[in-house]
Amino acid sequence: MSQTTTKSEPKEALFSKKNVKLLSDPLNGSNPVTVQVLGICSSLAITVKLEPAIVMGLSVLVVTAFSNLITSLMRNLIPNRIRIIVQLVVVAALVIVVDQILKAYVYDVSKQLSVFVGLIITNCILMGRIEAFALANTPWKSFLDGIGNGAGYAAVLIIVAFIRELLGSGQLYGYQVVPESWYIQNGGWYSNNGMMLLPPMALIVLAVLIWVQRAKFRQLIED
Amino acid sequence: MNVNSNSYTYLFSVVMVVLVAVMLSVAALSLKPAQDANIELEKKQEILKSLGVHVAREDAGGAFDEFIKEQIVLKGGQPVASPEVPAFAINMADAVAKPSDQREVPLFIAERDGQTFYIIPVRGKGLWGPIWGYVSIAADGYTVTGATFGHKGETPGLGAEISTPVFTDQFPGKKLAENGQFQGIAVRKGDASGDHQVDGISGGTITSVGVENMLNDCLKPYIAYLLSRSASTIPADATAAPSDTLISAL
Repeated sequence: MSQTTTKSEPKEALFSKKNVKLLSDPLNGSNPVTVQVLGICSSLAITVKLEPAIVMGLSVLVVTAFSNLITSLMRNLIPNRIRIIVQLVVVAALVIVVDQILKAYVYDVSKQLSVFVGLIITNCILMGRIEAFALANTPWKSFLDGIGNGAGYAAVLIIVAFIRELLGSGQLYGYQVVPESWYIQNGGWYSNNGMMLLPPMALIVLAVLIWVQRAKFRQLIED
Repeated sequence: MNVNSNSYTYLFSVVMVVLVAVMLSVAALSLKPAQDANIELEKKQEILKSLGVHVAREDAGGAFDEFIKEQIVLKGGQPVASPEVPAFAINMADAVAKPSDQREVPLFIAERDGQTFYIIPVRGKGLWGPIWGYVSIAADGYTVTGATFGHKGETPGLGAEISTPVFTDQFPGKKLAENGQFQGIAVRKGDASGDHQVDGISGGTITSVGVENMLNDCLKPYIAYLLSRSASTIPADATAAPSDTLISAL
């Protein structure tokens, strides 16, 4: 990486077009999960129900935003040779803090997420954004980029969890939405799809999501 | 300033590590009380669940005080007058590591709808990690009225099923003693019958065996005490009656 010497750029509005693009691009055109295919493991593991998916999405959003911000603030002070270690320490410290907060205030969800909060550290999105963006950009832009990418990840998680919880357990956010009288055991015709609760279905739902996205935005298709 | 010189790199690492360490210690210490409160409430909630009382975690503290009348510590089948660690705070993982006659183990005595129940914590080994639970026993000292199980990381859909009602609903009505002698509960492969057997989880054999061992290991030291206690507190002809009404109530 070359030395990042920030020349005084002309003053830019906080939410200029370019900055808003940093926020909105990762939601679709450069989505970290569906386009860059990063952070797949955790999106398979914790999308059985909406609640843990939302908490996981928010946790990742907080960690990406602040790790980007902190790294960007000290980008000119970080010795080049140990920059990966520094990035890891920043991310790991933030993840531990998030984990502790979850354990203290949303204990049930933290139990469901179990190791996956800790594994945010290994989420490629984080290191990817720090290395590719935060080390070369100003703190505000890095912060927006972090929020954008975290939100892009959270959005995919929530969509997959929505489909899996609805079809797999007939519920949304823990509330029954499929009428009880539809179920076979109550004399109806409906049965939950147990497959949806298993991790492989998350992969298939995610693949369908990628397919739909690329069918709609054809510029995302490679060759 | 040359940020790539060796001395600067060392200095940077040292400062960074110290700062991060301080920050994490502060975070961990300041959040500890809230985390411990959650763990305590969860334990109370589990104990009440084995009694057939289902409460939300926030209400577990109040309900626990309402139902649990007495907490005692047993050592070698005898109550300890002034235990070093109060019954509720006993760490079961440490306790079960000792031989059964040297353990100091807790016994929770509950009262619900005018009936006395004994609640015993159990802990053992599953396939991947520890398993634990609470078994509640009727006033007669040997009829099981409820059980809950938890696990650290048993296989979902297989061993992890021990914590579901499919498995735990088999326990009410089982008996831990025959003619005044301890007899454990065997976890069988699909042919369970009688008062001392339950069906295991298909595909979760090692976890099922773990449950069996855990129950035998942890419940045995209590039985003599419970039987003698119940003999002295309730008349002999009343021993059979409570369990049936109870089970229908559960």
